[in-house]
Amino acid sequence: MSVRFGLLALLAEAPTHGYQLKTAFERRTGGSWALNIGQVYTTLQRLERDGLVEAVRPGTDRRDYRITGAGRTLLEAWFGTPVVPEGPSRDELTIKVLLAVAAGDIDVTEVLQRQRTASVEQLQAYTRRKAQADPEKDLAFLVMLDALIFRTEAEVRWLDACEARIRHAARPAREAAR
Amino acid sequence: MTTLVQLDGATRWFGSGHTEVVALHPTNLSVEAGELLAIMGPSGSGKTTLLSLVGGLDRPSSGRVIVGGRDVGALDPRGLAVLRRRTVGYVFQDLNLLAGLTALENVALPLELDGRPAAEARAAAAAVLASVGLTELAGRFPDDLSGGEQQRVAIARALVGGRRILLADEPTGALDSITGESVMRLLRAHCNEGGTGILVTHDAAHAAWADRVVFLRDGRIVDEARPAPGPEFTGSPPGPAVRASGSGPA
Repeated sequence: MSVRFGLLALLAEAPTHGYQLKTAFERRTGGSWALNIGQVYTTLQRLERDGLVEAVRPGTDRRDYRITGAGRTLLEAWFGTPVVPEGPSRDELTIKVLLAVAAGDIDVTEVLQRQRTASVEQLQAYTRRKAQADPEKDLAFLVMLDALIFRTEAEVRWLDACEARIRHAARPAREAAR
Repeated sequence: MTTLVQLDGATRWFGSGHTEVVALHPTNLSVEAGELLAIMGPSGSGKTTLLSLVGGLDRPSSGRVIVGGRDVGALDPRGLAVLRRRTVGYVFQDLNLLAGLTALENVALPLELDGRPAAEARAAAAAVLASVGLTELAGRFPDDLSGGEQQRVAIARALVGGRRILLADEPTGALDSITGESVMRLLRAHCNEGGTGILVTHDAAHAAWADRVVFLRDGRIVDEARPAPGPEFTGSPPGPAVRASGSGPA
């Protein structure tokens, strides 16, 4: 996703200026995404060029922006469109495990366990933050943490499944060798 | 620090000779007051064996298991029963609440079995039910409670009488993730107040509530996880301006 939908979503609530957009964006995304102010201004200029936002009082010092009709239409279409992954995962972990499985002379269970420990340690860190958060005041932060937690949990479940599959695949070979 | 649970080279095997099956190889582990420990591992890795030893449901084949200052291996069946009634509380996935008793009566039961007067047992049960937020539902029967409420009754029953060591075997098994989280918050609160909890789970998100996660495989502890530093969130910290309904840019 690009920053522009974030800014459009904020401007759909009320007209405002660049610096406020930066701080509101960071709060809304649970502190997970820091914007630099230059990026906010360039994005606003592009949005203005494309007719998606407009200056409230052109030519004055304080540049408040507001969303246009075209901007609202684009934003609604964005919210209404599901996010679909582009293709099979090519992240480093998946590839590392696939290569370890294929290599034969590597202890895959050990590779999986090292990753599992690291993932669980990450989960513990997220969970500590969750335990300290206020369920009412920190809603955006908690929703963001849930996203991190469930993704990491899925990673651990995948590691568990890998290990179970490898054990299962190794069993007939071991029995045949007897 | 007070060590509430300690395993010194504790083992458990079944059968002998050709048919011998080792469920737990020599294991050292200690859990302090205030600590929540989670045990993870595939089926058959020895998780439940370890929990049964600490819970006084089983005795080690060799080595020592010290629970609340008592050597589990040296206790006779009666001594084990006393350990389970006074020192260690157990929470299972299937809750084993008695359907014919109210929440309050279920929680009071371990004290009554321990010979305490009914009035005293009920007063203690009411206090523990209050601590898990169930005062208003104390008169209900298990069938009239939600899954999460039933699990809270089971936790109250495990804690009643001031038992400091709480053992939980997949306590969040049948619960949705937010209800499961509320169960984990209770276990966490018990430990923050100086108790000890040992949790067996296959769910990493629930294990992550623990101070320490040990991984078992084939009857051995193979690794241990402690919280990573951070995480660092680079943006502004969340503040009171973040609201569900959207209060507009600050």
